[in-house]
Amino acid sequence: MTHGETVIAETKHKVPHHFDSAEQAFESSKLGLWLFLVTEILLFGGLFVAYVIFRGLYPDLFHTASQHLNKILGSINTVVLICSSLSMALAVDRVRQNDPNKAHQYMLVTLFFAACFMIIKYVEYTHKFHEGLLPGGNFTNAALAGDPKAPLFFSLYFMMTGLHGIHVLVGMGLITWVLIRSNRGEFSSSYYTPVELVGLYWHLVDLIWIYLFPLLYLIG
Amino acid sequence: MSGHAEVGNYLTHPKGLRSWLTTVDHKRIGLMYMATSMTFFFVGGIFALLIRLELMTPGLTLMSADTYNKFFTYHGAIMIFMFIIPIIPAALGNFFLPIMIGAKDVAFPRLNLASYYIFIAGAALSVWALMAHGADTGWTFYTPYSIRSNTSVVLITLGVFVMGFSSILTGLNFIVTVHKLRCPGMTFHRMPLFVWAIYATAIIQVLATPVIGITTLLLIMERLLKIGIFDPALGGDAVLFQHFFWFYSHPAVYIMILPGMGIISEVIPVFARKHIFGYKAIAYSSLAIAGISFLVWGHHMFVSGQSDLANMLFSVLTMFVAIPTAIKVFNWTATLYKGSISLKTPMLYALSFLFMFTIGGLTGLFLAALSVDVHLHDTYFVVAHFHYVMMGGTVMGLLAGLHYWWPKMFGKMVHEWSAKISWGLIFIGFNMTFFTQFFLGYLGMPRRYYDYPPEYAGLNMISTIGSWFLLAGFALMAFYFIRSLFLPGKAPANPWGGKTLEWQIASPPTEHNFPEIPTVTGKPYDYGVVKL
Repeated sequence: MTHGETVIAETKHKVPHHFDSAEQAFESSKLGLWLFLVTEILLFGGLFVAYVIFRGLYPDLFHTASQHLNKILGSINTVVLICSSLSMALAVDRVRQNDPNKAHQYMLVTLFFAACFMIIKYVEYTHKFHEGLLPGGNFTNAALAGDPKAPLFFSLYFMMTGLHGIHVLVGMGLITWVLIRSNRGEFSSSYYTPVELVGLYWHLVDLIWIYLFPLLYLIG
Repeated sequence: MSGHAEVGNYLTHPKGLRSWLTTVDHKRIGLMYMATSMTFFFVGGIFALLIRLELMTPGLTLMSADTYNKFFTYHGAIMIFMFIIPIIPAALGNFFLPIMIGAKDVAFPRLNLASYYIFIAGAALSVWALMAHGADTGWTFYTPYSIRSNTSVVLITLGVFVMGFSSILTGLNFIVTVHKLRCPGMTFHRMPLFVWAIYATAIIQVLATPVIGITTLLLIMERLLKIGIFDPALGGDAVLFQHFFWFYSHPAVYIMILPGMGIISEVIPVFARKHIFGYKAIAYSSLAIAGISFLVWGHHMFVSGQSDLANMLFSVLTMFVAIPTAIKVFNWTATLYKGSISLKTPMLYALSFLFMFTIGGLTGLFLAALSVDVHLHDTYFVVAHFHYVMMGGTVMGLLAGLHYWWPKMFGKMVHEWSAKISWGLIFIGFNMTFFTQFFLGYLGMPRRYYDYPPEYAGLNMISTIGSWFLLAGFALMAFYFIRSLFLPGKAPANPWGGKTLEWQIASPPTEHNFPEIPTVTGKPYDYGVVKL
């Protein structure tokens, strides 16, 4: 087609015309994704700052309100996500080692863990809704009704875990996407950029939960 | 290299509307951004003229107070989010950054197109909001009023959220492009200063914009789900919103001004026929401004009940911004010294930038001083100050860049005398409109108010008449820019004798910019050896 397009052996992937080499393209994509991860941290950063401020203002309230979260389900979810990070890392490794069948299995395992996480989250959310532990002005829980500031904790809880949950869903979509592409034989040890990038993103989603869990569940 | 006998220029090759809408060529995407943002500049300008008309005389002149509140919100929101933030980086930066570093395109061309459409989607949401119930909060959406206002705050802030995405993706694309796609020999210290400025801007875009993202998201949730984080009635903190908002929006001021400074650094050496004085100082001062920009947001809250200690710290830190800024201004002036100055239109705008931006910058120091700020806070002094920076700075830089690069972008020269007359009208009009506002503010006229006592009538009248000069200047400019496209004749590849890479290729450039990837062997403004 145009100048300088090199086709990488083993896959049908073409290095985009404005790059000199496959390595330059890979390095660029990785730098781009790391920058994107920085923006994700800053996005959550706003919520973390809000958390720090209100916890500083109302330490006792955060202590009592936190008791209403289910520590066991939270812990299970933490383990589930850490396992999913491991299986994702293994999937990336298998793609890199030209072992697509194993890679597919690991990706499916990752999807399974991610789905478990969302189901447990759903159970937790429904439970909160029943108890009237809703954000801000919708708060109807009788046990905590004595403290007018109590809804704030649950506002932060729902904002932080909700935004994180959306990221988990997006991650599941992305893993499905690379799984389909991998099934079509688009990746090999010489080109696996999308798998690598989705892996990095997934680790960040996991990492954010690792911070959310103690901040919300374990302060009691 | 490619073996094509004749490669068409990027404007006509390939042809057709579809090829434009699906293009991944950074030059075409740049032009699409330019067309869109200039349209918003026109719309925002109409609202500005209407505001000035209303303020021409005390009391009701043209519109009700509610309409006035909406109009100044529209003016601010449109000008900030849809014009001045994207116009230089996403339009001129998109077009020229890859060419100036000898690349065929940005690092992620499809992402570049996606960020354009995300911008369009965000802008569409905001425009929809304006047509639904409008917004009367001012462009800052301060809580708690923005929680209670019965206008379309959710839609407009959702638009801002979406446009923020676009800004992040553009910045991310540019950072990777600068790091990974420089041609052989293009070391960091050989990059044109416009590239340094866009690079510094991109860092701010990537690091600050996510914070406005979460802020607008929280405000939307505040209105939809009553989460109460910014609502004192529910235990939240309204001033926290101001902190969040300005943590982005103050650095965003430098997203607006740094690219303008970059253009000035290009135009001054070319039209003074001299190597730029203090290349490294100008380059690194861009990064210094980007760094300090994150530490000064609190100066917007000197009278919002912030602690005295915080006030003092923010006051001192704000004054630090003056240092890298002054370094730039002194270096540009030193470049002019003993140069062979040619007063073509781009240079006229660059010199206007030097004058007016300096006034804007110095009055910024008045406002950074705590005791003075208590007197001047939320008065027309602030309005005059930031218009001197944003319009006297960024817009003058933009106009310098537009006139400087127009021949490269479209292969056409503009009529020089029309451009000079238009410059004169804009220069006079701008100073009439805004210099008067320094006095109004100093005399105590608050900003955003619909009405004022008769003592302020004279200065307000002058200010409004100035806005008509601006209208005339910009109308003439639109006319000669558009007319130039239909004139016969072709601009030469290098009409101004520029030394940077974009002037070494055809006007307009071909689809992949360079017939062969260049190798750079020297500094970007090497005028020492040129004989003219």
